[in-house]
Amino acid sequence: MKKAGRRKGKVVIPGFGITMGITVSMLSILILIPLASVMAYSFKMSPFEFVKLITKPGVVNAFATSIGCAFVAAVINAVFGVMIAWVLVRYDFFGKRFIDGIIELPFALPTAVAGITLTKMYSDNGFLGKALERIGIKAAYTKIGIIIAMVFIGIPFVVRAIQPVLEKLPKSCEEAGLMLGASRAVIFRKIIFPEIMPPLLTGFGLALARGIGEYGSVIYISGNSEKNKTQVVSYIIMQKLNSGNVDYEGAAAIALILLIISFIMLFAINIVQHVASKRTSA
Amino acid sequence: MNKGKYFAGKVTAILLTVVLSMGIFTGCGGSNEGQDSGSITITNVSYDPTRELYTAYNELFAAHYKEETGKDIEIVQSHGGSGSQARSVIEGNDADVVTLALAHDITSIEDAGMIDAGWLDEFPSNSSPYTSTIVFLVRSGNEKGIHDWDDLIKDGIEVITPDPKSSGGACWNFLAAWDYADKKYNGDEELMKDFVAKLYNNVIVMDSGARGATTTFVENGQGDVLLAWENEALLALEQYPGEYEIVTPSISILAEPSVAIVDENVEKNNTADVAKEYLEYLYTDDAQRIIGENYYRPSNETILNEFADTFDLSVNLCTIDDFGGWDKAYADFFADGAIFDEIYQQ
Repeated sequence: MKKAGRRKGKVVIPGFGITMGITVSMLSILILIPLASVMAYSFKMSPFEFVKLITKPGVVNAFATSIGCAFVAAVINAVFGVMIAWVLVRYDFFGKRFIDGIIELPFALPTAVAGITLTKMYSDNGFLGKALERIGIKAAYTKIGIIIAMVFIGIPFVVRAIQPVLEKLPKSCEEAGLMLGASRAVIFRKIIFPEIMPPLLTGFGLALARGIGEYGSVIYISGNSEKNKTQVVSYIIMQKLNSGNVDYEGAAAIALILLIISFIMLFAINIVQHVASKRTSA
Repeated sequence: MNKGKYFAGKVTAILLTVVLSMGIFTGCGGSNEGQDSGSITITNVSYDPTRELYTAYNELFAAHYKEETGKDIEIVQSHGGSGSQARSVIEGNDADVVTLALAHDITSIEDAGMIDAGWLDEFPSNSSPYTSTIVFLVRSGNEKGIHDWDDLIKDGIEVITPDPKSSGGACWNFLAAWDYADKKYNGDEELMKDFVAKLYNNVIVMDSGARGATTTFVENGQGDVLLAWENEALLALEQYPGEYEIVTPSISILAEPSVAIVDENVEKNNTADVAKEYLEYLYTDDAQRIIGENYYRPSNETILNEFADTFDLSVNLCTIDDFGGWDKAYADFFADGAIFDEIYQQ
């Protein structure tokens, strides 16, 4: 075998320069520059105007609705995502591949189509909405509807994060646990759960972030009533851009807050994940 | 290491980058339009509910143009919310003509320097070849007995109308209600605010746009009454015969969707003449009839009267001028903290 590299710091695998170059330019053109311009726009407002805008009751309510519903949806997704991943990894059954494929549909389906379909299904004369209505639950045009839409778009994040980890988890670990006299519950708690904790957090965080910023699938089912507090943040942003006098600065300011919140959450989840993975690998 | 292979890989990578970025740039550049080639293409940027109208009109115009000049013409249609369509033109959508819901949206393109001042008088009837108004769409039989604006504020009536803060069309609904209250209470502003507050308290779903509201009412079966554009309401009658009825209130508002040539773009595309002809032809008898058939009120009085069976011509219509023009109306009613916020956030 040849020596790893003639000069110190030289990467062995060829093509580092060009792939890195493409990576950096893509990231800049597609992500960093647009994000910077969001900031630039919102900084056109005076700090006073900025604070006044984001503390308006309508805006605060929208943030509460978006974050609250996205959180509940992410928790639901975390629970059922683990279950789905478990079923898909651990059992063999007819139609397994089909179900596995279906998981990704929410990624592929245009969100507006999902939103319109969900609304139709869950409105009080839709197929599922009728049944819920009978037990006294109104789904469409309430926060429940928003949560349903967010569960729909968030579920693949959790399932796809956990699946590969579960697949790699050797059965022998569980068998060893069993041999040493652990109950099934203990095996799950002490062996399986610590392993899937980091990817679960990743999936949870992604589903949460996606839910908070979601527009297309939520907008039809939410009813957008300021009175019933079913306006989400992305709707408020669209209001600013659509209405009679376009308010770029206001829209950018709200978007900036949204970005910061998502960033903090993803950051926090990364820290927790980091700590968790350190503990399990130690 | 195989140096030749490495080099080849590098070249491929560079080529790929160049090709990809060329793809991106040509994609952004848009197509070349103009009159230099055999067939002509012009782009008409319009708003949502005119889709059917312009599909029919474009066919008529293409036939007329072929007959007159012997050339084929292709008209690219673009539809969306009126405000966001105007924004797209300002930001570079290569529209030759705009046919939007509100004069205000065209003014915003004018303010961006792309349309010359005075466009409102360039074509007849304030550059509005067709008008429309707000009516009520109710379920067949009208069991709740909805006949006028008064009935909408009763307890237990569920109203569907889009959000005026995100839909231009919804602003007209609000203004029509306001005008009714104005006449009912002789301009007593407190009572008028009360009236619209009650009305909006009965709104159970507030969609972001007019089409969304129609879907909520028609497809999802929500609410007792939809405040709708007359053309949308008539279209719903046609598509679902026997399921709905139109109720024309005693007072409504005359909406004048405006058309204009985007001067900056036609100059660049060399399409000034054909764009002008495209819009002028909207005022011919044939086109006015197509307009009527698509449930817009033709601006030509004679032809409007031909459609007296379709439209209720007795309705008392106020106009945006009664509110001091669109800019003033927007600031008074729909800006942050204005009357709509005041009555709705109570």
